[in-house]
Amino acid sequence: MIGLIDYGVGNLFSLASSFAAVGAEAEIVSDAEGLRRANRLILPGVGAFRDAADKLRATGLDRIVLEQAAAGKPLLGICLGMQMLFEKSYEYGEHEGLGLLKGSVKPIRDVIPADYKIPHIGWNALRLTRPDCPIFRDIRDGDHMYFVHSYHAADCADSLAAVTEYGGELTAAVWRDNVFGCQFHPEKSGAAGLSILKAFCEVAV
Amino acid sequence: MITKRIIPCLDVKNGRVVKGVNFAGLNDVASPVELAKYYSEAGADELVFYDITASAEGRRLFTDILTETARQVFIPLTVGGGINTTEDFDRVLKCGADKVSVNSGAIRNPSLVRDAARLYGDQCVVLSVDVKRVGGEFRVFAKGGREDTGMEAVRWIRRCVDMGAGEIVVNSMDTDGVKGGFDLEMLNAVCEAVSVPVIASGGAGCMEDFVTLFKTLPKVDAGLAASIFHFGEVRIADLKRTMAENGIPARIV
Repeated sequence: MIGLIDYGVGNLFSLASSFAAVGAEAEIVSDAEGLRRANRLILPGVGAFRDAADKLRATGLDRIVLEQAAAGKPLLGICLGMQMLFEKSYEYGEHEGLGLLKGSVKPIRDVIPADYKIPHIGWNALRLTRPDCPIFRDIRDGDHMYFVHSYHAADCADSLAAVTEYGGELTAAVWRDNVFGCQFHPEKSGAAGLSILKAFCEVAV
Repeated sequence: MITKRIIPCLDVKNGRVVKGVNFAGLNDVASPVELAKYYSEAGADELVFYDITASAEGRRLFTDILTETARQVFIPLTVGGGINTTEDFDRVLKCGADKVSVNSGAIRNPSLVRDAARLYGDQCVVLSVDVKRVGGEFRVFAKGGREDTGMEAVRWIRRCVDMGAGEIVVNSMDTDGVKGGFDLEMLNAVCEAVSVPVIASGGAGCMEDFVTLFKTLPKVDAGLAASIFHFGEVRIADLKRTMAENGIPARIV
């Protein structure tokens, strides 16, 4: 069972539908028992980093996510959920993340020209820096994914798995051991996005 | 490089797509779910569902079909029509919408844009504006283009962006339905004024109109149309290929 972690941030309907579409059994989980029962975990998230991180801590699920990741359970963070895998974020201040991956979350403005629009909204191509990443099993360089974000992971060379070009290089996906992250929304990225979710369901444990 | 988006717009009344649709291979051409799937597979980058019903019963049918579409179609969905309060945002977001477009609701109550952006984020709030030239200026029209608000369009759009509108759909009433091409002059005025994505609407009659749009105004992010897609006059797969051949970044599926 794929556990979609519900900590009061965002809507899990599209994610649940996407996993149904690839034939996976997904369940919304919101307590320690649910997270432990799942074979794989999805950490979603929309909105502001601080609110989301506060909510995750308030539910106490941050500790369970860390416990389960340490036990080797595949974990995929999506969009803000990916950003929360890192040590900290500089979105409106400085806030602590889960620290599962080395690096921090910074404004994309730091790496793109002044005349590029923010947020980075729309379909952009992936360049796979780690084509061997298991969730890219059915993905090729140049496949397009749907992005909506103003911040991205920086200083994350040791987990970087894919980038996308937007006047500069933005972090698109990360991977280290059993921990995966997508800045884009695979559940909104058509057939290519669904293939990433399907591959995640089949990552060897 | 980020691609230029092609967005078909579906007007939905009492749970059915309005405006004639004629596609081979579609069992039910008036089914929003079927049509959404068809467009998604053809390479549409996003879909807009516009609720043109006024009744409570029609609204319930609309959220039902929205839910069903979101269950089966995995590209971004924008919903508009009858959005007057943050409760309306909540209602459609729960059914699987990713963005919500406001028009008359924001004109009646401009703080709706700010309230919704605070609750759901700027990226969720799309401002849709019907614009027509009146006495040498771009004028905002309300109520589906029936009422001149007296407001100058660029100023209105800038105000809404300041309040948190994350994208702007500019629908030119002067070119809408004429099929003579997008309103480049109007779109240029908006692009020069704001730094959020601008979606062009009104006037597309053929594939070349999209090529001209993106070539002339590189700042325009997306092109929206309804009947030329619904009637099969422009096929999305062909349009994407034509864009790519003309050096316009396009997502080919």
